[in-house]
Amino acid sequence: MKILFFASLRELMGDSIELDIQLPVSLETLRSEIQQAHPEHADYFRPSRTLAAVNQTIAQDSQIINDADEVAFFPPVTGG
Amino acid sequence: MDYIAVREADFVFQEEYDQLRQNSGENGAVVCFSGLVREMGVTDQTQAMHIEHYPGMTEKSLQTIIDQARVRWPLSQVRIIHRVGRLNAGDQIVFVGVSSQHREAAFDACRFLMDYLKTEAPFWKKEITPEGDIWVEANEKDAVAREQWKN
Repeated sequence: MKILFFASLRELMGDSIELDIQLPVSLETLRSEIQQAHPEHADYFRPSRTLAAVNQTIAQDSQIINDADEVAFFPPVTGG
Repeated sequence: MDYIAVREADFVFQEEYDQLRQNSGENGAVVCFSGLVREMGVTDQTQAMHIEHYPGMTEKSLQTIIDQARVRWPLSQVRIIHRVGRLNAGDQIVFVGVSSQHREAAFDACRFLMDYLKTEAPFWKKEITPEGDIWVEANEKDAVAREQWKN
């Protein structure tokens, strides 16, 4: 599945990655799969450092991800 | 009526205020806020910054924030403009304006909208300094300001 990144995470990971994973999974599982696939950046994906959005809404780790979902990871926001 | 714009182009404060005054027969109050790029940023020599956002989610999250404000206060018009791309020290970044029958609702809603925008809308600032570019870290004070609305 395609996963999007923004801001500092985009600079680390690129605009997006394609992750080979059997769906549905929880956001928590997806997060740890990314950490295993990219151990050099694993620390950045801790929930305290990185937020996730599913279908453009902030999501909790318990949320289940399905095939058609748009998933993105990014640091805490700093607009305004 | 709600107006949401996420764009590189600057805004003219007076024009936004004039829009909020239109069809305002019942309204007794307009409150507007504009945020500027501070020279004293992460370092004390911020010359410019780059603002990135998540197209699609940004507009959706601003609409959700306005919807939450409308549940709490009787608002007539709401206008939010947030700029993206490269901005220089002193430039306008954000405009939030509301019109309402009474000033209490207008003052409170304007502040609520900014507090939520700062903690929920997917924008990220990167400061451009002579020593290099630095991503701005989220500020705990902003989270505290938002939490106060939950009481």
